[in-house]
Amino acid sequence: MRSCAESFEAYFLRPLGRDYGANLLPRGLDITFCDQVFLIAGGLIWNIYFAALAIFFGFGLAIAVAVAKFSETPWIWRPAAAFVFVFRGSPLFIQFFFFYSAFVLLPRAGVDIPLGFVTLTVQTSALTTAQVGGLIVLVLNTTAYSAELFYGALRSIPKGDLEAADAYGMSGFVKFRRVVFPSMLRLAWPSYTNEAIFLTHSTTLVFLSAFPARQQSGEAFYYARYFVDQTFNPFVAYPLVALYFVALTLAVIGLFGFVNRYLNRHLPRERRRPIRFRPQYIR
Amino acid sequence: MFSFCTDPSTLPQWQWFACYLTTATHFAFYRSFLMVILLLAITAPLALGMGLLGAMATRSRIWPVSWLGKGYVSIVRGVPDIVFFMFVPIALGQGIEWVFHHIQCPDWDQPIRQGNDFIVCREAKVPPVGAPAWVRNVYAFGMAVVAFALVFGAFAANTLYGAMQAIPRAQVETAEAYGMTRTQAFRRIIMPQMWVYALPGLSNIWQILIKATPLLFLLGLQDAVYWARELGGQKTSLYTYPPPDWRVWYFLVLLCFYLFLTWGSERIFARLNTRLSRGQATAAGERMRKAAA
Repeated sequence: MRSCAESFEAYFLRPLGRDYGANLLPRGLDITFCDQVFLIAGGLIWNIYFAALAIFFGFGLAIAVAVAKFSETPWIWRPAAAFVFVFRGSPLFIQFFFFYSAFVLLPRAGVDIPLGFVTLTVQTSALTTAQVGGLIVLVLNTTAYSAELFYGALRSIPKGDLEAADAYGMSGFVKFRRVVFPSMLRLAWPSYTNEAIFLTHSTTLVFLSAFPARQQSGEAFYYARYFVDQTFNPFVAYPLVALYFVALTLAVIGLFGFVNRYLNRHLPRERRRPIRFRPQYIR
Repeated sequence: MFSFCTDPSTLPQWQWFACYLTTATHFAFYRSFLMVILLLAITAPLALGMGLLGAMATRSRIWPVSWLGKGYVSIVRGVPDIVFFMFVPIALGQGIEWVFHHIQCPDWDQPIRQGNDFIVCREAKVPPVGAPAWVRNVYAFGMAVVAFALVFGAFAANTLYGAMQAIPRAQVETAEAYGMTRTQAFRRIIMPQMWVYALPGLSNIWQILIKATPLLFLLGLQDAVYWARELGGQKTSLYTYPPPDWRVWYFLVLLCFYLFLTWGSERIFARLNTRLSRGQATAAGERMRKAAA
């Protein structure tokens, strides 16, 4: 039997790949409690990777889509609304399958895009890995959900704020940057916090479906499932992964609460809206 | 299916497709969509019932009952749902076998958990040893229904509790002034009116329920996702119909199916909302009253 220190050494960084720990995962009767604790904890690296990058890219894209959807020009708002409808109306689980099977069909050598004088070769082989392809699906998904939140916030910006901006002679991008954007962000922030939490939770779906876990390097829930398959005992690995996710959720709430205080710093204390955690579950 | 389907390799394009899309496995694929609908049809009322029970328990004046309600709601809502979907069927299955084991084989002296095995006596196996395949399928499906009802019941309980609290307090007080008991006031005043407050939340939960159904695949059932993977995958020429890798098209069909479901239910809920707002003391109800006058 391994000691706890040994299993920490062998498995804590194992989710990064074979070079960072034991060659194989523990199997059958060889599995100790510490193995489960450390391997599942190590898997959280990927959950954080997917969540952080998807929020990072999704945030900017979502604002663009929300502004587009709020536009009065039909050929701008219609595509934006359709994008939001498709990604919010279908299960993320199916989206993973669909995009994976589409990415697999791309030629392995890369796609040549002729740009007249120069030909751009796009590397496509990375798209079939979870770390790139799965991330793209998550980014598209969170973009749609957050765009709907920002769109709702755009619609509920107080009329007086916009009139005041007009009275100061602001227009175009200056008005957006100084008045519309801060108001929108402040209004949407509590629900955006929830969106970030759901996104964190839905990173568990990446390896569940289509994208393969190369070299058995996956996220926390992938390892929890692996242990339950091996030990046929759901009462250790699943509570562990649930515990880790509660901790991760609290970290997200703390981080976003910090930003929320910053966004509301000009308001009197009793008018600040605290973030309420409203779990919204699967997508 | 059709008479010209005897030798698929010689058929022209459209006839080949007609034959290909009517093979026995494709009919299993079409039936699996019905399974999704069936799961929704069974789970939704069950979850609503669980939710009503949970909300009533939370409101209860007897504190153990109210704690039970609160505990149920907050535990299920705090943990990522996917963990619950995977955990409940296997834990419940083992729990049932454990109970049967203690009832039917009281003089069994070995431990149930031996290393990595979960061993119960032969009589305690659920479904019984040698049961036909359909019994196993129904059992697995039932487990999935229980897991879905548990999780979505907690969500519904939270929404319904909020809706019960949202009934104007004065109305309940009026009912009490008329001499109604707490139960009577609940049945006559709160129950009929709470739905309009609960509807936005319930429609949200319904949409989430729809989008959770592909997870059936993870529970080992032959649902639409399973068949899409099976049928879409590349086949060798051993098969009568050897298509290339068509998974992307099969998943496109699934995507459209779900889009249609969510789009349709959104419209139905919008109608229901107008219907329920009639005569209510809300902004929407007031607007309808003014429009009619």
